[in-house]
Amino acid sequence: MKKTLFDKIWDAHVVKKMDNGSDLLFIDRQFIHEVTSPQAFAGLRERGVPVLFPSRVTATADHNVPTRNQHLPVKDEMSAKQIRELEKNCRENGVELFGLGHRYNGIVHVIGPELGLTRPGMTIVCGDSHTSTHGALGTVAFGIGTSQVEQVLATQCLLGEKPKRMRITVSGKLSAGVAAKDVILHIIAALGAAGGNGHFVEYAGNTVDAMSVEERMTICNMSIEMGARGGLIAPDEKTMAYVAGRTFSPPPGDMNEALAYWSSLYTDAGAVFDAEYFFDAEKIVPMITYGTSPAQALPVDGWIPGNAENEKRALDYMHFNAGDRLVGKKIDFVFIGSCTNGRIEDLRAVAGLVAGKKIAESVTAWIVPGSKEVETQARAEGLDRILESAGFEFRQPGCSACLGMNEDKIPGGKYCVSTGNRNFEGRQGPGARTILAAPLTAAAAALYGYIKDVRTILN
Amino acid sequence: MEKFSTLISKIVCFDADDIDTDQVIPARFLKRTEKTGFGDALFHDLRYCADGSLRDSFPLNLARGDEQVLVAGKNFGCGSSREHAAWALRDFGFRAILAPSFADIFRINALNNGLLPVILPAEFIREIMTLSAREQVTVLVDLEKEEVAVSGTSLRSSFPVDAYRKRCLLNGYDDTGLMLTMTEEILRFEMSRPYQKII
Repeated sequence: MKKTLFDKIWDAHVVKKMDNGSDLLFIDRQFIHEVTSPQAFAGLRERGVPVLFPSRVTATADHNVPTRNQHLPVKDEMSAKQIRELEKNCRENGVELFGLGHRYNGIVHVIGPELGLTRPGMTIVCGDSHTSTHGALGTVAFGIGTSQVEQVLATQCLLGEKPKRMRITVSGKLSAGVAAKDVILHIIAALGAAGGNGHFVEYAGNTVDAMSVEERMTICNMSIEMGARGGLIAPDEKTMAYVAGRTFSPPPGDMNEALAYWSSLYTDAGAVFDAEYFFDAEKIVPMITYGTSPAQALPVDGWIPGNAENEKRALDYMHFNAGDRLVGKKIDFVFIGSCTNGRIEDLRAVAGLVAGKKIAESVTAWIVPGSKEVETQARAEGLDRILESAGFEFRQPGCSACLGMNEDKIPGGKYCVSTGNRNFEGRQGPGARTILAAPLTAAAAALYGYIKDVRTILN
Repeated sequence: MEKFSTLISKIVCFDADDIDTDQVIPARFLKRTEKTGFGDALFHDLRYCADGSLRDSFPLNLARGDEQVLVAGKNFGCGSSREHAAWALRDFGFRAILAPSFADIFRINALNNGLLPVILPAEFIREIMTLSAREQVTVLVDLEKEEVAVSGTSLRSSFPVDAYRKRCLLNGYDDTGLMLTMTEEILRFEMSRPYQKII
């Protein structure tokens, strides 16, 4: 039978088919962090049950950590307690923790791939909806709630129905100044915030093939913003090269077996999807959001719509008017980072655009590396100096202003161009107005102090 | 998990689509390490103005406090996987949410906390909301019969619910209890798989 990539990986992990049609699915690796795990460990204690496979669990502190002075005690007492709780739970249960300041610390979806913990063919979960990021390496990876975190700690399995299959094919060559972020925002705007509900998405086509593994992570990362359970991309030579030689990758002696398995991970010709969409890369331009859902995105030089009831509410919140253009709109903050766009290629792109220039005086710009390794690499390449001379604050790794859980918040009423993944009401702080964009568009906004079509300033 | 069988309750309507879990409970309130105590933060930034005063127009602020049913627009609970959203709704007193559709992760989180996500036709939700704008509405949510009825009217609708999930809710079982009975099969599976060294 012809199988999709998703089916191949899912089916290989079914321990047992249940009477009601759901599957008991084995999970190869669970990532945990400080915010969605303490209640799961408490549940285990109440049941008197140990962690079944501690070696299949990896922990990091990322959501609720400061991005300055990480060597000092965490000031906020509740945050400090949450981090201590993670340390205690990991210690008591034999779970490896890459805590604050550790050389492998960072945003969970950045460190998994960069450490070689995320490998093709795996099933991966985390109590975080952007777990789909790991799908860029050909894994079935998805976000879960804390009750399920507890289930996976206790049994290394999840119980649930297999999602439907969707394929999104993007073909053609992207124009200069158009990034992976623009591609995924374009897709989400077309399909809507619930367009992927109940589905697992495979991204395919020669546009995706041409992307780097990091760009593919940006694509898969935002699958949840159209409601999809996850997103994945078939591994190819780039994936193999990316995975080989990383800290926790299989040793060279096992790589032949690995490559043989990984090269079987593709959708068979003629396999059937429940839904299919096609996009033309040449029609995709730099994108920007105007509302309070990532689906409310439009071409950076486009006009704001505003007919639907939800759009009116969003425009009220954003203080935008239907029919206006975003180009030229004054902004106050720029945030570059997150599991969507906090990797080394993102930092290089921003540094490349702002090198030798100064950001607008009216703008506060934060650049937050996705991990300690990204930070170290950026320093080694001198990117920190380029960015700081341009006026950016170069911070330490964490989720930071993407979700406004720590002190990195945008004040109410202020506009922030963010390379994060959500522009929900209050996402970056109460009353904060978030405009999502790709790193280049965000960097251009930092330089000018207003929204700029990055294509007009590229050589 | 607390059992759920039949519920008769007044309702609160929040007439918006795509209500994300950041609105249900903003991230800065996720610092507690318990499952309790999140009710005060439910819809915090919609319930309160920046100066801390109550925003009178927000439906939850017009409620009496004994409503156990929330009625909302489609794709309720989209965005972040934070189960704190389900905990906050439960802590505030809600036992069921009626909507035309739910985001996948939220739906699972709700079911794991004895909070019943009730999927109803969009027209039926619209009728309840219209009625609620005029008068106080009481609904009967009957999980056994898989049916919702509006008191004093002929409005009623069946709703879909997975048989296994229904049994769990009616009896107060959770998945973990069942899964723990299968540990031996899980261990056997883990040992017998190919590609042990690489995945």
